Formats: sequence, C-alpha cells, structure tokens
Amino acid sequence: MDRIPILKLGDALLVTVQVDMHDQLATALEEDLTAKIVAHGAKGVLIDISALEIVDSFIGRMLDNIAAVSRILDADTVVVGMRPAVAITLVELGLSLTGVKTALNVERGMALIKTRATPRDDDDDGED
Amino acid sequence: MTTAKTERLDLRTFDDVVRVRQHTRVLAIEAGLSLVDQTKIVTAASEIARNTVIHGGGGVVAVSLLDEGTRKGVRLVFEDQGPGIADIEQALRDGFTSGDGLGLGGARRLSNEFAIASTAGVGTKVTIGHWKG
Amino acid sequence: MTGELGTLANIVSNNEGKILPEWLDLLKGSGVLQSGRMKEEELATQCRGFLHALRDGLASGESDSGHESYAAAREILADFSRSRAIQGFSPRETATFVFSLKQPLFNVVNREKGLAPAVVVQTIWTITALLDQFGLHTVEVYQKSRESIISRQQREILELSTPVVKLWKGILALPVIGTLDSERTQIVMENLLQAIVTEGAEIAIIDITGVPTVDTLTAQHLLKTTAAARLMGADCIISGIRPQIAQTMVHLGVELNVISKATLADAFQVALRRTGRAITKLKSAAPDNGKSLDDDRVG
Repeated sequence: MDRIPILKLGDALLVTVQVDMHDQLATALEEDLTAKIVAHGAKGVLIDISALEIVDSFIGRMLDNIAAVSRILDADTVVVGMRPAVAITLVELGLSLTGVKTALNVERGMALIKTRATPRDDDDDGED
Repeated sequence: MTTAKTERLDLRTFDDVVRVRQHTRVLAIEAGLSLVDQTKIVTAASEIARNTVIHGGGGVVAVSLLDEGTRKGVRLVFEDQGPGIADIEQALRDGFTSGDGLGLGGARRLSNEFAIASTAGVGTKVTIGHWKG
Repeated sequence: MTGELGTLANIVSNNEGKILPEWLDLLKGSGVLQSGRMKEEELATQCRGFLHALRDGLASGESDSGHESYAAAREILADFSRSRAIQGFSPRETATFVFSLKQPLFNVVNREKGLAPAVVVQTIWTITALLDQFGLHTVEVYQKSRESIISRQQREILELSTPVVKLWKGILALPVIGTLDSERTQIVMENLLQAIVTEGAEIAIIDITGVPTVDTLTAQHLLKTTAAARLMGADCIISGIRPQIAQTMVHLGVELNVISKATLADAFQVALRRTGRAITKLKSAAPDNGKSLDDDRVG
C-alpha cells in the first residue's frame, strides 16, 4: 500500500497531497506525520493541496485531525495552495477549517511557521 | 422535451466513490456548469457516495445528464438498503459536529436540487442535482 | 375523430403547392420580411418544415399538440421562437407565423370536394384548436428565451459591478455597491479569490459603504466571503460600516468575527501595517503651496 511521502523542509515537514485519499491512506499519513514531528522536533507541518480539485468532508476532517495532533506536539499546521473553487465549496459545505492556518503557497506557509518563533504584534487598533 | 443520458454505478468500495466523482465531473462539464458549480456537485456527490458505502452498507447510484431544452443539468440518485435514517431533519442539521457527520446538509447546500427518502431498517434514497440556466 | 385527421393530413399533403405560397404571402403581408432581419428563402424553408411536421402529426391521428407525434413540429417552433427572441422580433411577429397558417388551411379544406358540411366544420375547428395550441407554445418559448437573455445580462451587470481593486502590493479592496444577495455573493467570492491568486494578496478590504442594510443574511454572506478568502491565506477587513448599520447589527445580534473599520482609509492603514509597511512624509524642500501628489510616499 502506498504511503504519502513526507519531506523535511527546514524546521517543517512538507506533505503534498496529489491523489484521492481513502481511509487507510489518511490514517497512515496521520501516523507518519505524528512520528516525524516528534522525531525531527518539527515546528510546523505544511500540507500542499494545490493539486486537489475536490476537498470533501473526509479530507477536511483529516486536515483538522492533523492540525489538532500537531498542536498537541507544539507544531503549527498550514494548509497551502487551496484552489478558489475548492475554497468556495468548502465554505458552502460549512467547513471553514478554523483549526488550521492557511497560506497561498509553500513559500508563504514557511514564512508563517517561521514567524511563530518571534512574538508578533497583532494589535491593529492604532496604538500609535 | 427532456433527454437524459444515465449510467448506473455500483457503490461498494472507495474506488467506486472515485469513479462516481470522475463520472460526475465529466457530465458536469458536458452540462456546461461553471468550474465552481462543477466542484460543488462533484463534492456533493462524493459526500453522499461515501455515506452510501460507509453507512448504507453499499448501494447504487444513477448518474444522469439531463437536457430540458432551456436548461441542462446533472442529477444523481443514490439508493441503498442500509439501516436508514431515523430522524432526517436532525441529520440535515447535524453538519459535521457528530464526528462522522453525514454531510447531508452540506450536500443540500451545494446542490440546487435535493430530495431524500429514508425508512429506518429499510434503506435510503438521496437525489442531488445541479442545473445551469 | 381519427378519420377526419387522416383526411386532413391527406388534404395538406395534396395541397401543399397551394398552402405554402398562400401562407408565405400572408406572412409577407404582415410585414415579417420588411425589417430585413430574415430572407424569403429562409422563411419559406421554415414554413415548409413546419407544414411537413404538422402533416406527419395529423397522420398519426392525434389532436393534442403536446403529443409525441407533434414533437418535431414543437421543436421547429421552439427553434424558430428562440432565434426570433434573440434577433429582437416581437412576440406578435413570432406567433403570427403559426396563426397565419389558419387561413390557407381553411381555404383548402373548404375547396375540397366530397366533404360533408359537418365534417368541414369539424375539421376547421380541429385546425383552429391545434394551431392555437402551437401559437401559445411559440409565445411561451419566446418568453422563456427573453427571460434567459435578461438573466444573462443581469449576471453580466453583477460581474461588472463588483470590481476587485489592487490598493498596494498584496492588498486588495472590494467596494460593494448595492445589496449583497446570495447570487451576488457567489460572484464576489469568485472574483475575490481569483484576484487573491493573481495578485498574491494577503489582505482583502471589503468596503460596504454602498450596501444599504446589513441584516443577518447579508452578514452571513460577508462571513462566507471572508471565510473563503481565509482558506486561501488572505485575511479580510471590513470597512465602511455606517453608524446606522452598526446599530442595526447590534440590535439584530449580528456578529462579524472579523476586523472592521469605519473607513476604507483606516482599513488601508491597518493593512499596510500588517504587511510591514507605513506611510512616511518626505522632507520636502518646496514651500507648502508647491505640494504635489508625490510628497507622501509609501515605503
């Protein structure tokens, strides 16, 4: 049975989802990611879904699960490359994936993970 | 005058779910649906197909390309002889909060045609469709 | 009943040479070719096609225009109506095509030898009823075609009225004018997400100064849009919330879980800061009245 390859990218792990995922493949991915986060002390997980034309509730739940597990292991999960049609459909489905960070591409996603190390100024109310 | 092109597909395994998605996509393109609408109906089909396999114990789906002259569309009718849904209203409202949520409400929002009939202990029949024009 | 329809079918077959010219003359007389939108050969071909289809349907013995045997006739009329609707003919001109066939048919039936008066009357009644049904069918198809043209135009207007503007690198603005219904929201989302991809935008400012009211439904649409943008990695700021709208929202218990600012300018400042930029004034050597547009530079 195929397992989805996980690459190390600096402090993060990169997963590129290109095939339709079934139950066993999803479970295997979650297991592999968990193991690797611990093994490498990864600070983040980047999941590249730019190849996916369809993201249904099953994949959505998988992404949420990965994010939840990663969070416990003190790693951020960033989903990158979602296609516009997929984003619109997910929102209509009622899946906003609030537990997951998002970015336009891998480069931006990496930047998100790196900035986690330095505390960010999130205050937008013009405290000048 | 309505013309229809229908194909019946078995829904027993995950590969069948993939096949239903691909077939739906092809018909959606033929019906002239926009990319977003194609994505919506294929995703809705995926949701119900998974339900049929996982909760319905397997079943069949009839996928049709319909042409009514002034409008074209894709319709899918899923049928299974599974345990059925006791409270349809509840299932439509559930969303994904109940873990293995049936995604029925979501599929309904993604389609512009939706019908469901289910009897506990007998089976379930779900119809979804998306039209253009 | 079947007998007289069969007879009628024969009469039509045998007298086609008389019916068609008479029909064409009536149509020309009613001014159908005057505007030059259609050529005579085209019209003649359509007349012939419909007459044949009508004759075939009559031969089957059915007097209901909705029956299967008249499917070809209905198709011809439907194509005719649709193309007339697109070319801008009036509904009257379109229906006249069918109704003006009555006279020629009455004439040949009347002139037919060997028909009892009662049969003549019955046959003429059948023609009238049948052609009336076809006439109505023509008008209905015409109506539907006009409606679909109008809704296509409406959609085009919607698309033009929700432009996405690039304010700065990575910062988009979406001025929404008018009500935000669900169809509009779909277009807004599609335009916005496409722009996010094309511009690599990180922030989208949705300005609702031009939105008259924000009720629960509108708020849901706004939230959907911001959620979709977020899935693509862009954050949204809502600006242009007028005092009345703020009050209405509070009274309705509507919550926008997104940063909101009163003006687009405020939102732009926030967006700049979020993307690591600020506006600085240049130390200009020129006196105040020599100020040009270049004096404020965004770094």
